[in-house]
Amino acid sequence: MSHHIVPLKTYIIVFLSLIGLTLLTTGVAFIDLGPFNTVVALAIAFSKMFLVVYFFMHLRQSGGLVRVTVIAGFFWMALLIALTMSDYRTRTWTPVPKAWSITAPPTHP
Amino acid sequence: MSDAHAEQAAHEHIGLKHQFENLDQQQDADTLGIWLFLVTEIMFFGGAFAAYAIFRWLYFAAFEGGSHILDIRLGAANTVVLLGSSLTMALSVRSAQTGNRRALVIFLILTMILGGVFLGVKAYEYNQKFVEHIVPSLDWAPEGKVLAELAPGGLEHAQLYFFFYFAMTGLHAIHMIIGMGLLLWLVLRGRRGDFTPSYFAPVEVIGLYWHFVDIVWIFLFPLLYLIGGRY
Repeated sequence: MSHHIVPLKTYIIVFLSLIGLTLLTTGVAFIDLGPFNTVVALAIAFSKMFLVVYFFMHLRQSGGLVRVTVIAGFFWMALLIALTMSDYRTRTWTPVPKAWSITAPPTHP
Repeated sequence: MSDAHAEQAAHEHIGLKHQFENLDQQQDADTLGIWLFLVTEIMFFGGAFAAYAIFRWLYFAAFEGGSHILDIRLGAANTVVLLGSSLTMALSVRSAQTGNRRALVIFLILTMILGGVFLGVKAYEYNQKFVEHIVPSLDWAPEGKVLAELAPGGLEHAQLYFFFYFAMTGLHAIHMIIGMGLLLWLVLRGRRGDFTPSYFAPVEVIGLYWHFVDIVWIFLFPLLYLIGGRY
C-alpha cells in the first residue's frame, strides 16, 4: 500500500503550488472584495489543505478505511461549526415571550 | 519450521511487532492509528476555530482592528517556512522509502531547522506584542497608533481577539515543539540505520503529524492575519 514511491517532481510541483497560493491569498487580502475576502481566503486555505492531505499525507495512495476516517473527521468539524453558528445567528429571529423576558439573557447586536 | 527458516523470517521482519502478520499490515494499522489521533486533533482545534468564528461575528470591528496590528509580512514568511518544512518532511519519508539513510537524516534535520525558524519568528512576534502592550491580562495597555486601531471596536473585545491570537498560535507552537522533539528521535534512529525501505512507519507517522500541524497554520494565517480588511 504505502510502498508506492511518489516521484520527486510531484512533491516539488505541489510545494510550488502551495507557495503560489500563499502569495495569492496574501495579495488578495489587500484588495477590497467586501464579504468575499473571507470567502476567497477560506477557499484558498481549503485548496492548500487538500494539496497537503492528498499528496504530502499520501491520501492518494491510502486505502478506503483511512479515507473514510479523514472525511469523517472533517465532516464532524463542519457539523460543529455549522450547527454552532446557525444557533448563534438565529437566536434573535424569534421574539422572546413576555413571561420569559425577565430571565432571558441580554441579546447581542 | 526449521531453525534456518525461523532465523530468516526474523531477519526479514526487523521492526515487526509480534501482534502483526507482516510489515504491510503493521504499517496499515500505524497509519490508521495516527489518522484517528489526528481526527481528535481536528476536533480539538475545531473547538477553538468555532469559538473564534462566533466571537469574530459578534465583535467584528474589534477583531478587524486586532488583525490590523499583526504583521502580515511575518505571517506570510512563516507560512512559506512551514510549507518548506512540510516539503522536507515529505522528502524524508521518500528517502526512507528509497533506503537513502544520508538523505533521510539531512531532510529530517532541515525540517527541524525550518521548524526552529518558524518558532523564532513567532517568538519575535510575541515579543512585539509585549512591546506594544497588547498581551491580554499580563500587559494590556495599548497606546498611540495601536490604541487608535483598537479603540473603535471596544478595548475589551480587542483584548478577546488577542486572547484568541495567543491561545491558538500558542497551541500550534506547542504542537510544533512536540513535533521537533519527535523529529530529533527520528534523526537519532535514522542515523543508527533503523529504517529500511520495508520498515519506515515511524517516519511516515511523525510525518503525518507534522503535515497536520502545517494544515492548522494554513488556516490560522488567513483567519488571524488576512481577513481583517487591509485595504
